[in-house]
Amino acid sequence: MPQKTARRAGRRATRRFTRRDTAVLGVLLGIPILLDIVIVWGPALASVGLSFTSWDGIGDIKWVGGDNYENLVQDYPAFWPAVRHNLLWIAFLGLVATPFGLFLAVLVDRGIRFSRFYQSVLYMPVVLSLAVVGFMAQLLLGTDQGVVNTILDDRNDPVDWLGDSDINLWMMMLAASWRHTGYVMILYLAGLKSVDPALKEAAAIDGANERQTFFRVTLPTLRPVNVIVGVITVIEALRAFDIVYAVNKGRNGLELLSVLITDNIIGEASRIGFGSAIAVVLLGVSLGFIVTFLVQELRGAREK
Amino acid sequence: MTADIRVTAPAGESARPARQSGPPRRPRRGRYGAHIFLSAVSLAFLAPLLLAVYASLRPYEETAQHGYFSFPKKLSFDYYRAAYTESGMGKYFMNTLIIAVPAVIVTLFLAAFVAFAVARVNIRGSLALLMFFTAGNLLPPQVLVTPLYVLFLNIDLPWWMSDSMTLYDSYWAVIIVNVGFQVGFCVFVLANFMRTLPKEILEAAIVDGAGVWTQFWRITLPLCRPAVAALATLEFTWIYNDFLWALIFISNPDKLPITSSLNNLRGQFFTDYNLLAAGSVLVALPTILVFLLLQRHFIAGLTLGSSKG
Repeated sequence: MPQKTARRAGRRATRRFTRRDTAVLGVLLGIPILLDIVIVWGPALASVGLSFTSWDGIGDIKWVGGDNYENLVQDYPAFWPAVRHNLLWIAFLGLVATPFGLFLAVLVDRGIRFSRFYQSVLYMPVVLSLAVVGFMAQLLLGTDQGVVNTILDDRNDPVDWLGDSDINLWMMMLAASWRHTGYVMILYLAGLKSVDPALKEAAAIDGANERQTFFRVTLPTLRPVNVIVGVITVIEALRAFDIVYAVNKGRNGLELLSVLITDNIIGEASRIGFGSAIAVVLLGVSLGFIVTFLVQELRGAREK
Repeated sequence: MTADIRVTAPAGESARPARQSGPPRRPRRGRYGAHIFLSAVSLAFLAPLLLAVYASLRPYEETAQHGYFSFPKKLSFDYYRAAYTESGMGKYFMNTLIIAVPAVIVTLFLAAFVAFAVARVNIRGSLALLMFFTAGNLLPPQVLVTPLYVLFLNIDLPWWMSDSMTLYDSYWAVIIVNVGFQVGFCVFVLANFMRTLPKEILEAAIVDGAGVWTQFWRITLPLCRPAVAALATLEFTWIYNDFLWALIFISNPDKLPITSSLNNLRGQFFTDYNLLAAGSVLVALPTILVFLLLQRHFIAGLTLGSSKG
């Protein structure tokens, strides 16, 4: 028996895959890779190319070099507010919604009664479409008949929750958090369930209190979940679009990079080159975060 | 930071016998707090949904006069019938299923294999492959829109595949884009999940001479059922809720998915918000049902993971 395994191992080292294995790997890796190139990476690169041109979608494509970027930074008034709003969105989701989701997960995970009910209710908003969420925001926050204003009952000077450019972004971020929190919670719940209870017991025997156990023992073992949640938080914030678009097409204090891109590409002006330049900025920021996370992930995998 | 664990550890140990009666009491008090807190949060989370249902049951004249937060004089399901017939929801719902079901199945199958190859097969460049897919999913969709639109317009299909004769304005376009875009996320999650599975089972199979396909289909995939079930619910709701892709790649209004049917309820000059509320509830209902039904699966999977250790 040992002899046999030794021989097998030897053969594996020289020729690990049979011809059939290679074919399976080739086809089943080839299809998704090709698909990803055609659907995602190819178009992304094409967008980068288009960002150096002025193109209206119909006529000739004219090379203009860095003009689009220069215009964007210097002359386009909506650009910097949009950048600021996107950063604020990241901060809000990252510092408020995500920790809150983790907190809820920890509470639900403590095995109290009705935990399944709480879990279902808190996760419910995640399955709603953003069009529906945007509509519900209007129902709650409408100026005249909205619930919040009916309760406040300030007939003379009602707060315009969705129209006032000082407030509406915060309302949108709250609505986005409504969905984000449940999503984060369910991811952490899955992670918490897989934490070996023996670890917690060992910590308890060593005299660690609940908070110490959580921050020193549980949270570090949740590392893979932390990475996923981190990526999702940032990307959701950078992608935020539907919800703002559903409320007022992303104007008047709700400017976001994604909205500016859509306005320029699909809007009447059809400035595809210019819109692509904004897209490339968004792409750059996204890639910055993505690479940071992947490097982190890599380091974590290596430490194991 | 680690130092103070060591400092408090002996103290806790010695204090324990003195507080013998403490532990059973403390968690219970904490539990009441947790219940109150979780109930309050749950109520706040449910409130907008309940409100939409409430609004949809009341006539417009009433809520226009008294606002949405008032006592009802008349309740009826009339708006639901109106919303369903006026927007032609049944047809749009079928369109959504035609797109979502194949897209979810193909996405999960392809992603599971890539994840398996990345996490469990010793191939060169597996890390690069993981990055390639993960990063691809994280790109903002707006970056991809224009080139894809031009590309699809220039790909011809036979009429039995698409009555528009091009990939543009066909279900295929939306399905392909959804698959290509969502594969990355599923690869990322499944690869992470597969790394937590014990390697020994797979090694035993390899010793027994199992090929790559058997290792994947017979051994790894069944162990991933909880993760796949969770991803399936997530992906279904995402594709169901998406309207950006359909809006861009489909021009025939008869082929649009259900999320865009809500627009049919918005009048040109006047919008009956209560009718729209009924429509929203109808649109949201399938995803909520899917979630509630698959949830048992979902939670069984999650607890399965915990008993493993």
